Amino acid sequence: MPSEQKLGSAIVDTVFANMVSSQNESSLLSSEGDSQRTQYPYVTGTSVIGIKYKDGILMAADMGGSYGSTIRYKSVERLKQVGKHSLIGASGEISDFQEILRYLDELILHDSMWDDGNSLGPKEVHNYLTRVLYNRRNKFDPLWNSLVLGGVKNGQKYLGSVSMIGVHFEDDHVATGFGNHLARPILREEWREDLTFEEGVKLLEKCMRNLLYRDRSAVNKLQIAKITEEGLTISQPYSLKTFWNFAAFKNPTVGAEGSW
Amino acid sequence: MDRDATADVNAPHSMGTTIIGVTYNGGVILGADSRTSTGLYVANRASDKITQLTDNVYICRSGSAADSQIVSDYVRYFLHQHTIQLGQPATVKVAANLVRLLSYNNKNMLQTGIIVGGWDKYEGGKIYGIPLGGTILEQPFAIGGSGSSYLYGFFDQAWKEGMTKDEAEQLVVKAVSLAIARDGASGGVVRTVTINSEGVTRNFYPGDQLPLWHEEVEAHNSLLDILNASSPEPMST
Repeated sequence: MPSEQKLGSAIVDTVFANMVSSQNESSLLSSEGDSQRTQYPYVTGTSVIGIKYKDGILMAADMGGSYGSTIRYKSVERLKQVGKHSLIGASGEISDFQEILRYLDELILHDSMWDDGNSLGPKEVHNYLTRVLYNRRNKFDPLWNSLVLGGVKNGQKYLGSVSMIGVHFEDDHVATGFGNHLARPILREEWREDLTFEEGVKLLEKCMRNLLYRDRSAVNKLQIAKITEEGLTISQPYSLKTFWNFAAFKNPTVGAEGSW
Repeated sequence: MDRDATADVNAPHSMGTTIIGVTYNGGVILGADSRTSTGLYVANRASDKITQLTDNVYICRSGSAADSQIVSDYVRYFLHQHTIQLGQPATVKVAANLVRLLSYNNKNMLQTGIIVGGWDKYEGGKIYGIPLGGTILEQPFAIGGSGSSYLYGFFDQAWKEGMTKDEAEQLVVKAVSLAIARDGASGGVVRTVTINSEGVTRNFYPGDQLPLWHEEVEAHNSLLDILNASSPEPMST
């Protein structure tokens, strides 16, 4: 009888799996459950954009937490302060970002416990994150995030990004995910060294609006953060107006019935 | 054909489920359906998915029945020790974080979504959602389980800040009932647990007392009752 055979093999499978798992650590033959291996993300955040401007760094991210194709959470804060001088923005798996924030908290705490008057700057934090992400990737157990790290220390502005496999960049403007494809081309054309705060915000909003139109996981509720030598501010959540009032939108199939 | 009838009784027990947690002006209300399925068979039609962790913290369990039970057992054990060491009731936040730790650190092996709800003297009523993967999010209300797909629009429209206890209770019962109507993996009775400064109250709404929705009809004992209730010769030509 089929059901009896299935029961029998189920017992054998369980015993085998237990034997393998008791050998601990990852052997090439271990099944998925025994050791942490490459996972898949569950609750994810989409693009983060960061730019340097005259007085420091500006960063933008929306507040969406997607669960596959469902927009499950709409108030997730993806921009956070790190120590005195840095700002982190995260896309990817939110639980891994929450864990990264705990690691950073410990890093800053230990740095402060030295009590030597020095404090970690954005360049150091970026390097720390790169090492953490790269080493996890080498163990086939990544933190499934792409991060943007920006800040100002002793007048020096710094802006970098790092991906889940440890690829890291330092630039005048960076983005994660869809932002790379939709925002950076805009930034390449319109970014300047001497952007004022107002110009920077308008530029970021232009990019975020574009992402809202074209990124399925984007959500119309965002925050913009600013970090300068003086300190850090993260804006209250707000929404952008969108524009749909085009003749071609109202009558898309004029002259070509049946098309879209 | 024989295989269809018996279904796969060896399939993992999963709680299709609809679970809800809602804050109101004084505490929280947790709600859930009562169906546990093994493949297509309903293994338990009256399960209790709202599980106690401490006097003041309860959780709603969804996903794998085994995984959610073991997580709740561990967290109950840890909270018991924590309460002894602390000398006072554990806070909802601490309970939620313990659930998060287990869910996050075993994310490859667990398949359970949990809603933690309770009341403590520091923060009052709080709800924490902990979906697959171990993300933790404090929310004014949370929904989970397969039945929750049908409730996103409903809550977008019906949720209001600062409801009374009765309004919140009615909202939860209505929502679970709507999800049961459309989700094959949810069913049975609606259970609610209310937690506030005064303590904990359990409520039970049997399946036959829930409101009727679209295309659902009144229940009867028999056709004969219907026939006898109307005119003497209803079936004459």
